[in-house]
Amino acid sequence: MSGADPDGDPETETAEVPGDEEPDDSEEPSAVIRPEWRSDLLLVAKVVLATYVGFFVVGVLSGAGVNATVGTIQSITFFGAIFALGALALNLHWGYTGMFNIGIAGFMAIGAYTLSIAVASPDGSPAGFGLPIPVGIVLGTIAAGLAGLVLVIPTLRVRADYFAIVTLGFSEIVRLSVQSRSLREIGDTAYGTGGGQGIRATPVDSVVGWLFDQPIVGDVGGVLIVLGETVGIASSVLERGIYTLVLILFVVAFYVLLTRIAHSPFGRVLKAIREDELAAKSLGKRTDRAKIAAFALGCALMGLVGTLWMGSRTHISPDNFMPLITFYVFVALIVGGAGSNTGSVIGGFAFAAFIFEGPRFVRTMVRANLGTDFPRTAHGAFAELGAGDPSALIGYVLYQQADEVRYIVLGVVLIVLMIKRPDGLLGHRKEIAAGVDLSRRGPVADGGRPAVGSDDRAGTESETDDPAATNGGDRDE
Amino acid sequence: MSDLERGPDAGAGRSEGDADDRADRAVEDAVLEVEALEKRFGGIVAVDGASFAVERGSITGLIGPNGAGKSTTFNCIAGVHRPNGGRVVFDGEEITGEEPHQVANRGLVRTFQIARELPEMTVLENMMLAPKGQRGESLWRSVLPYFREEVLDQERELRERAWETLEFFEIDHLAEEYAKNLSGGQRKLLELARALQTDPEMLMLDEPMAGVNPTLEKKLLEHVHQLREQGYSFLIVEHDMDVIMNNCERVIVMHQGAVLDEGAPAEIKSNEQVIEAYLGGEV
Amino acid sequence: MGVGNTGKGVSELADEVRERLSSPSGQELFALLIVLGIVVLALDLVRRLATGEMAFGRLWRYTWNGLVDSLYIALAAIGLSMTYSILRFANFSHGDLVTTGAFSGWAVAWLIGGWGVYGVGELVLFSPTAAGPTGGELGMSVLASPVAILVGLVAAALLTIGVALAIDRLVYRRMRDASGISLLIASVGVALALRYIIGVFWTVESHSATASAPILEEIPAWLPFERLNLHELTLVATAVGLIVGLHLLLQYTKLGKAMRAMADNKDLALITGIPTERVIFATWSIGAGLAGVAGYLIVLDRGQFSINIGWFLLLLIFAAVILGGIGSIYGALVGSLVIGLTINVSLVWIPADLNEIAAFTLMILILIVKPDGLLGGVETA
Repeated sequence: MSGADPDGDPETETAEVPGDEEPDDSEEPSAVIRPEWRSDLLLVAKVVLATYVGFFVVGVLSGAGVNATVGTIQSITFFGAIFALGALALNLHWGYTGMFNIGIAGFMAIGAYTLSIAVASPDGSPAGFGLPIPVGIVLGTIAAGLAGLVLVIPTLRVRADYFAIVTLGFSEIVRLSVQSRSLREIGDTAYGTGGGQGIRATPVDSVVGWLFDQPIVGDVGGVLIVLGETVGIASSVLERGIYTLVLILFVVAFYVLLTRIAHSPFGRVLKAIREDELAAKSLGKRTDRAKIAAFALGCALMGLVGTLWMGSRTHISPDNFMPLITFYVFVALIVGGAGSNTGSVIGGFAFAAFIFEGPRFVRTMVRANLGTDFPRTAHGAFAELGAGDPSALIGYVLYQQADEVRYIVLGVVLIVLMIKRPDGLLGHRKEIAAGVDLSRRGPVADGGRPAVGSDDRAGTESETDDPAATNGGDRDE
Repeated sequence: MSDLERGPDAGAGRSEGDADDRADRAVEDAVLEVEALEKRFGGIVAVDGASFAVERGSITGLIGPNGAGKSTTFNCIAGVHRPNGGRVVFDGEEITGEEPHQVANRGLVRTFQIARELPEMTVLENMMLAPKGQRGESLWRSVLPYFREEVLDQERELRERAWETLEFFEIDHLAEEYAKNLSGGQRKLLELARALQTDPEMLMLDEPMAGVNPTLEKKLLEHVHQLREQGYSFLIVEHDMDVIMNNCERVIVMHQGAVLDEGAPAEIKSNEQVIEAYLGGEV
Repeated sequence: MGVGNTGKGVSELADEVRERLSSPSGQELFALLIVLGIVVLALDLVRRLATGEMAFGRLWRYTWNGLVDSLYIALAAIGLSMTYSILRFANFSHGDLVTTGAFSGWAVAWLIGGWGVYGVGELVLFSPTAAGPTGGELGMSVLASPVAILVGLVAAALLTIGVALAIDRLVYRRMRDASGISLLIASVGVALALRYIIGVFWTVESHSATASAPILEEIPAWLPFERLNLHELTLVATAVGLIVGLHLLLQYTKLGKAMRAMADNKDLALITGIPTERVIFATWSIGAGLAGVAGYLIVLDRGQFSINIGWFLLLLIFAAVILGGIGSIYGALVGSLVIGLTINVSLVWIPADLNEIAAFTLMILILIVKPDGLLGGVETA
């Protein structure tokens, strides 16, 4: 590979990060739910900054240019936010409840298509209902949630690997349905899915234009754009960046919502289902109900992600919802560590930077340094290699085949993670599923005993009914 | 103060004189009654008309040679299997064919032969999971601001209880450990402690002594006796005959899916049929 | 007793619906509905035939196409079912073994067909430039160059086996004790890497590998065909032959018995001294070999193909395996038949771009009714 290669190894840059994690700062009995949230935020900030700096330095040094480099960083952030959202939603299914949903693309499609049909112009072909975008987003979210409900209720008893295939089958049913000619225009109405051509509708990111029309926000934005242009950043990149900021707000909202769930009795039931559903049932937990609620909510969130992502294009079509999308989200979650919301965010970002955008960035650098005149086929590449020009092969693989390289990297990362680090970067840390800090109030005689294997604590005088001794200092909020 | 000390019967008046109290059982106040229970798997009849009753506030043992149908009976009562025939009555109400969570919520809670701790959850999380009536188990209540306060208040109460029970069982030093890091015996203790958190009326223990070292076994039995004195009822499946004979007031012997005999340990010991069933079986 | 279910409303309702649907009686109801649906469709079919709304010949053509489709689905499904029962995971890279077979087999067939006339690169990569030959020019049909086609078939099997064994060594062998879900996820990674490594060489464009199929016009009158496509016939004959061969292997050889034993109970098989790794080797060899042949034969039948050929087939294969009950080879055959017929006979009622939807829906419905598949629980191998 050519020279400095930032995405050669997605692990190296982020793998060291968990080491930086603060040790449990137990000095804070008054922390709201999670004493670790501050260090988590720091951790996310560190990863993001390190990535930005890395890409910027490599990009500028390699001669890709400021605009292209900033464009890449913008893209990374955009997709980082998208995949973080997806991974957070999936974390509710897979990380918490252990429901192996590989139909994410289908739920995104339901969300995005509902949005598009809702907001598309009534005069379009196919026609829409011309509703405002926020209404469309809400409808898309609800539709995806309802679809999840309909799918999960009868399939609760299906075992995990079959459930995976059911969900994949479902997502393909959705994709093939919207692609089908017979639904292009439903019945005699003008409404429909548009078949293979898809639907054209006002994109969700038109919110940026609306923002620019607002008094203060618009002025600040205008200044930013002027500033950007003076250092050679195109205004389109910055406008896109503002939509990315909106997405980041959604990431924060998702994170807060899912963290609340994780630290609640409901989240505890979900975790228990993941660990051992029969055990949870035998304790009187209504596991079916919890699974239905969690699945439907997760699907609704996936639908929302679909509206925010695909809805930001002027046009959606069935090809936007290939099953590959599902595996993007899965890899993002696994990179970060299933079961951890912070891990989901970091995983989403790391995935976007190193696996999703990395190969494209390399392509940009190759174009800047070696031009674009590369053979279009492997045959040509090998022919030129035989003629003594190795750059042809490099260019062929890294420039012409950048997408294929991305998928190969994706596959290899997945394999390596499953073999070497199935818990991801943050998957294995203790995130206690409870609304309050569970650790014992006040000093306890044998607080720090070695835990494992000490069966034989002496003293058969068992009734240690002295909770009065330990009372204060447990006000959690 | 603690539910542990109150015991399940503290307030409630005993439902005496159930309509179908049967004299031949020699059980005056049955908390659990099993009548003509039947369970088939394909062509195999695992439980073939088993009938017995468990006296309220007693420790009752359920024994029998391998394949006698003890575990299947257990699973039928607990709702894991749906029986093909017969009735299960708990606390005067029929619970035949109910789901495990329904049975548990009625106050009949079981433990498992191989402890089913929730491995990647801490001991405390395991304990916090169990209590009934947790308002925060609804998705909305756990998330929405107003209800969440309520939920957190309840969480604090439950935390107190969890710690109390852990102390009672002397495993409070393991509270923050992942359950999977506990020894086999500690897991059994955790399972029992966790089951108690649900405020049960009766506990069904499936081979509670399997894989438990003698020191811990002694302690576990002490706990069982203490709890019995507080009014809990126990049905224990156990292989270890000494444990059954020395700790149970009544013993039910199953053989080939049916009840062979039931009575006090001394009577059981002298029953020729029982001896033969064991010797004739796999000893 | 207060269960804390004060949060009434939707969840309560959902709960009730759930209990109805997933309780045994609910499942029976579902099953009844499916059977009823099939009966209605069958009656409708009879009506259409009786009223002449649909010619019998058309139904026969759908059925025949269904049988043909079910054969290549079956070849692939057998391998998937075997890896499922022996290695205990749903192998998502199985479809890409089909792809591997298609590309490697036809590359070899072209190499032989055009040896000495065209450059190796041009042949192996299926004429990446306009100057290269087409399948027609190379005479890629069973009559014009039977040797090239036959060698290609064998090569498809052998090269796919080689790839599968290499992948096992690199990936799955390191994960023998991992959970089924971990293996499943790793297999998704394998699928992607394998498919796009092929894509780097052959691009994602579609290729056309064969000459147009020779058609036999003179058919004995007792056969229900007006004409016979020889490529299709080759597919049928090869597939049937391989399936019968596999049946004999499983039933009458020591290896077959060991495989069946291991499928039944891996731990027990280990104790009784069955050489696990050798059985795994055999599993990959048979499974990948059949998958490779399936890919090769599909191309022979259809002519066109791209690197997605296997991935698009994968869900149909899974549907077949699940319908038959995972782990049962004979179940996989039955499942393949059901799926093959479904995607073709359903055309009587629905447009062609919805037929896969019918198959996937059927799969989901049957899983709801019988969570272990149609022949679930009967693990024959």
